[in-house]
Amino acid sequence: MTRDARPPLLKRQHLLAIDDISSLEAIRILDLAARYVEVSRQTDKRQLVLQGRTQVNLFFEASTRTQSSFEIAGKRLGADVMNMAVANSAVSKGETLLDTAMTINAMQPDFLVVRHQSSGAAELLAQKVSCAVINAGDGQHEHPTQALLDALTIRRHKNQFEGLIVAICGDVLHSRVARSNIHLLNKLGAQVRVVAPSTLLPSGIANFGVEVHRSMDSGLRGADVVMMLRLQLERMTGAFVPSIREYYRFYGLNAEKLRLAKPDAMVMHPGPMNRGIEIDSDVADGVQSVIREQVEMGVAVRMAVLDALSRNMPGGDNS
Amino acid sequence: MINPAKHSARRRAYVNANIVAPAQGLNGKGGILIEDGWILDVGPKVTKDSVGASATVTDCKGLTLIPGLIDMRVFTGEPGTEYRETLASASGAAAAGGVTTMIVMPNTQPVIDDAAIVDFILRRARDTASVRVAPMAAITKGLGGELITEIGLLKEAGAVAITEGTRALVNANVFRRALMYAKDFDMLVVQHVEEPTLSSGVMNAGEAASRLGLSGNPAMSEVIMLERDLRLVEMTGARYHASQISGQNSVEVMRAAKVKGLPVTCGVSIHHLVLNENDIGAYRTFFKLSPPLRAEDDRRALVEALADGTIDVIVSGHDPQSADTKRLPFAEAAYGAIGLETMLSAAIGLHHNDGVPLSRLVEALSSKPAEILKLETGRLAPGAPADFVLVDVNMSWTVEEDVLRSRAKNSPFEHRTLEGRAVETVVAGESVFAYAPR
Repeated sequence: MTRDARPPLLKRQHLLAIDDISSLEAIRILDLAARYVEVSRQTDKRQLVLQGRTQVNLFFEASTRTQSSFEIAGKRLGADVMNMAVANSAVSKGETLLDTAMTINAMQPDFLVVRHQSSGAAELLAQKVSCAVINAGDGQHEHPTQALLDALTIRRHKNQFEGLIVAICGDVLHSRVARSNIHLLNKLGAQVRVVAPSTLLPSGIANFGVEVHRSMDSGLRGADVVMMLRLQLERMTGAFVPSIREYYRFYGLNAEKLRLAKPDAMVMHPGPMNRGIEIDSDVADGVQSVIREQVEMGVAVRMAVLDALSRNMPGGDNS
Repeated sequence: MINPAKHSARRRAYVNANIVAPAQGLNGKGGILIEDGWILDVGPKVTKDSVGASATVTDCKGLTLIPGLIDMRVFTGEPGTEYRETLASASGAAAAGGVTTMIVMPNTQPVIDDAAIVDFILRRARDTASVRVAPMAAITKGLGGELITEIGLLKEAGAVAITEGTRALVNANVFRRALMYAKDFDMLVVQHVEEPTLSSGVMNAGEAASRLGLSGNPAMSEVIMLERDLRLVEMTGARYHASQISGQNSVEVMRAAKVKGLPVTCGVSIHHLVLNENDIGAYRTFFKLSPPLRAEDDRRALVEALADGTIDVIVSGHDPQSADTKRLPFAEAAYGAIGLETMLSAAIGLHHNDGVPLSRLVEALSSKPAEILKLETGRLAPGAPADFVLVDVNMSWTVEEDVLRSRAKNSPFEHRTLEGRAVETVVAGESVFAYAPR
């Protein structure tokens, strides 16, 4: 694809939340990402549609996978990518989130990829900076590129979403991945279930358009996709669930529980995994697992998002 | 009481007004005659002709005249954080909003937990503020929740009640003793009703919070603290006031307590009467309040309870916050909103939009707080201090940062158009604010 003649894909300057975007926009991103999967498998992986653009990854929370995925995506598209190591920055000297962002904004980046521990942080930045903001995870709110990469992975195996039963299992309460996935899969026509003990379910979750299950037994039955969520170990201290062994016994995914789902059910996990807690190794590494494919799709989806947003920029094709 | 023969330059009359002072049974055309900061006469018989040449006469041209507002919950930054607000700057906002008495909270640095600091506040207010100021003192030293303050000395110094302000006094035994001791001095005990172990969230618990990915604070945390407190009141007989209630279940609890005949009253913030959790929208931190804004059903229940008197008073909860503490992600931002200047206008909105009688609103904003705090202001009667407000209930104005007099600008009504406002505010016979259209 050349830098000229790229049709518009997104009706927005920023990608902050799946809740905001239409199913059509999501499908366009998935289609573009599918092409970037092929590009990424070539020897020459470069598509220089972002040449001259500057992308800053501003990660206030530690992240290996998402940050490197965004970095590779930007570099494959020819952008100059800078990673802000926030732990070593002025933030540790007491600078506020907005001051840090405004400082970076003054250096004229085109993209700000932000991860922050507070819900709404990306939204706050988007109100103040002039570049495109991509939410790479804000608190317990959303993680839009994760939902898009999960959707792309599902589509490659199931070809469509209509009528698919997707069971999202585990710590839904604290999970931005779960929220973004619920919004996106609903928009795309899947039937979403959440499966968790009541203490790990947000209040009013039934109004998100999901079926609520408190046991893996009913929740996994007949599922096409089993999506496990990471359990934060610090929440295992008796605060939300009594113990690791109790959680594993009732909510951990093992081969036996997986048999409740359809025989061709996909097993997904946004990573990093706690093996032996929410998921057994034989399932995580088994034939039904697409966990590593999710990582590959992550790069392609992020390339697609960067490309799509750049088309709406001054000097982009649709400005 | 009027002696027309004795003419005084200090004698002034406001005539041709619509006087609304329900506690004195006034609701209709009339005037008010004042001298040296005191009311000489008030009512339908005070007219231009009746006062004659004995006084300077202002024709109110049918505007509404009500007692000056008494705001039972005001935070300033004085002493300690004057960059947020001083007594002087808060009083400017108060005057513009028709508030003639600010009851300031003890959450200052240092804490108002000592007679000397009460005295400091009163002297600073006398020297710098344009409206009356009276402090509530802390229930416990340093707001530490353990050792009770010198309630008798604080009362003598001029504290009108005791409270922990922004936080609840959690320890039931300390609270019980404080109630018992306060009763001996007939001191009002004011509680922030929130069970802290159940209210770690940053907005109302429920679907809206789940969608925003914010931690929730359930309305039940308020009910639990309120019900506990009411049992302690039953045990001790002390006068108790729940500073603000925010949920419909709390309304039911208060209603039952009043039926039982307990010496209890409660307040509600103007923000909880006109806003709900959905106003938070995309993480707007000016709507981050403690207690949090709740659901629309709760708001409606609060309005109803205000109208029927279950809720006694309306407060502004005026809490100035700087951009540093508000321009942050929602969970990290400070709680609080300013409200002195918008409380009356927003309350008049309840009259226009929710059908709450104006007389009930006036009562909840003036005579009722005066009664609870045992103040001599808040009424329009001969011999009372001349604190009153001239109100245009139909004037619309838009709340913008540059019109607000408060040093902080964290108003949830920013950019909104409100209907009704104070056009002149009189404290002790002196006009401290006159509206000038921009």
